[in-house]
Amino acid sequence: MAKPVKDPLTGAKTTGHVWDETLQEFDNPLPRWWVWMFYATVVFTIVYWLMYPSWPVAGTYLKGFNTITYETDAGEEKTTHWNTRALLQRDMQTGTQALKQKEYLTKVAAAPYEQIAQDPDMAAFVRSYGNGIFGDKCAACHQAGGQGVVGLFPNLVDDDWLWGSKPEQITETLVNGRNGFMPPYRETFNDDQLDQVANYVMSLSGLEANKEAAVKGEQIFKGEKGGCYYCHTSEGTGMYAQGAANLTDKIWTVANVPAKDSAEEKLAAIKTVIRDGIQRQMPAFSSRLSDTEIKVLVAYLKQLSGE
Amino acid sequence: MFKHETIETNSGLLIVLTLVAISIGGLVEIIPLHYIDETVEDVRDPDTGFEMVRPYSPLELRGFDIYKREGCYTCHSQMIRPFRDEDLRYGHYSLAAESKYDHPFQWGSKRTGPDLARVGGKYSNEWHVQHMIAPRSVVPESIMPNYPWLAETELKLSDLQDRMIALKKVGVPYSRTTAEYENNVKRFGEAVAKTLDINLAENTLIAQANQGNYDGNKAKITEMEALVAYLQVLGTMVDFDKFDEEHFIQFR
Ligand code: HEC
Ligand code: HEC
Ligand code: HEC
Repeated sequence: MAKPVKDPLTGAKTTGHVWDETLQEFDNPLPRWWVWMFYATVVFTIVYWLMYPSWPVAGTYLKGFNTITYETDAGEEKTTHWNTRALLQRDMQTGTQALKQKEYLTKVAAAPYEQIAQDPDMAAFVRSYGNGIFGDKCAACHQAGGQGVVGLFPNLVDDDWLWGSKPEQITETLVNGRNGFMPPYRETFNDDQLDQVANYVMSLSGLEANKEAAVKGEQIFKGEKGGCYYCHTSEGTGMYAQGAANLTDKIWTVANVPAKDSAEEKLAAIKTVIRDGIQRQMPAFSSRLSDTEIKVLVAYLKQLSGE
Repeated sequence: MFKHETIETNSGLLIVLTLVAISIGGLVEIIPLHYIDETVEDVRDPDTGFEMVRPYSPLELRGFDIYKREGCYTCHSQMIRPFRDEDLRYGHYSLAAESKYDHPFQWGSKRTGPDLARVGGKYSNEWHVQHMIAPRSVVPESIMPNYPWLAETELKLSDLQDRMIALKKVGVPYSRTTAEYENNVKRFGEAVAKTLDINLAENTLIAQANQGNYDGNKAKITEMEALVAYLQVLGTMVDFDKFDEEHFIQFR
């Protein structure tokens, strides 16, 4: 090992290592401020041990002197040693933001829908809070703006509803979920019959269809062979109780008819739906969202669809 | 007198002492957790007295294996912290008990995608299948990779029992003997105990796959079905409605 020497210019101690003839390494002590900071952190840990849960002892641990007081469900005050779960409980009960939110939620819970829509303050709350939950819980299916994906997830911003547009109906949709079901007709129809029913469905919404086939299709639609009227009604206007689509309007939720250019392609899209049937599910949200949050969402959907 | 310089100038000694110092730090933090009784909550159904957190059924277990194989944990955590913002977004904070049968646990802190601790029941099976095959078809801005092969690859069942036996060795209560089965009946109830029986594992798996119809394909049991079954059970075992808000504070 090299011998420590003094640097002739500054008089400072060096490690004695020399590189490239003159390059040397000072061996200064740590700066005083640094050393004191180090001691301060040691003192800090001791205070920390005393205040917060720290050392394990036998089957338990030192809980620390710091405490948190919160209210139990029964309305009693309870004090416990500091921990993040109690901290959250207290934050939910007394935090500034949490209280502000709770105040609005209580207001919305008590107000009828018309009043929520008309009161600018409540409407603004519904818009921002509703947007938040919609983004977290619904947008992955119905898309951020609520426009849906044809065939997979229905559009929520048009005024066409499968299960009904009344607040009670939408609430039911959210609380218990929905199963959209239409049986496949693969086995029931031969190619001609499928073609005829599909042509009739085309004619219902005023699309160009083979008249002759459509007349035959009408009989199937309204007769026992097809039984389409059970769910779609004889007029083809759909039924909320079954979640059956209205076939007389220009809005399509499963068969992507508007995206197809020619009449043949439109017909083919409808045939596919009738042949394969439909099975899609809207999950139930009763365990994920509170009653008031569901109410906020219903009001939010009303805003989105411009009602 | 001992001088710190002695350590600084002997790299071998420095390495050994550094390792000793780090080990003390680690051991003091980790070992006591195994002795502190309160670490893992005792979560029982107040009505039936059965334990609410159960080991994965064979199908879910295979899904968990695929989750690990595909490295989903590199982007997804599975632990909801007890903070207000996490509570609002993901739901009730995670309990230690909820991951006690996970080997290894999936807590993590890397959230390129959202936390998945309570994703069970949030979406339909169809959504999961669609999303795994092509995430951007349902979430246009997603950066999650496509996993289309899961829907085509048949699930390997030949080593199912070995996998359960291995987990049993590290403390997951799958049963092999009648006595172990009876014990599970007492802990989890009969319906659950049946799904934990290693001898019946293959039948249990096939029955769940057929009944759940996770991927709409009845012809064969695919890896997708196992993965979706796993995702759909995440965070659903404990029914928090059955407990007071403050119930789980006592365990901390
Ligand atoms: C897993 C995907 C998925 C998620 C998540 C989802 N939905 Fe749905 N939703 C659907 C499907 C599929 C339908 C259509 C059901 C059917 O075919 O009848 C639907 C239907 C609906 C309807 C009825 C539409 C109508 O025309 O009557 C409403 C309202 C609705 N969803 C709102 C929501 C809200 C609000 C959320 C968030 C809390 C949400 N959905 C989350 C898939 C989803
Ligand atoms: C058991 C009830 C039921 C019967 C019977 C039924 N449907 Fe449907 N149908 C539905 C439901 C429900 C939907 C909407 C599904 C959804 O949104 O998830 C639907 C949707 C459709 C659609 C797609 C509409 C769109 O907007 O994309 C067409 C086309 C259709 N049905 C035609 C028929 C024809 C033709 C028949 C008879 C051969 C028939 N349906 C019989 C319940 C039924
Ligand atoms: C490169 C990072 C990445 C990897 C790897 C990844 N994901 Fe994702 N994941 C994301 C992102 C980003 C999102 C959010 C956007 C979306 O929904 O696609 C997401 C969303 C999800 C969601 C929806 C969560 C919710 O609450 O909306 C699920 C479920 C999911 N991923 C499962 C998986 C599974 C299972 C795997 C492994 C097979 C996986 N992910 C691998 C990035 C990733």
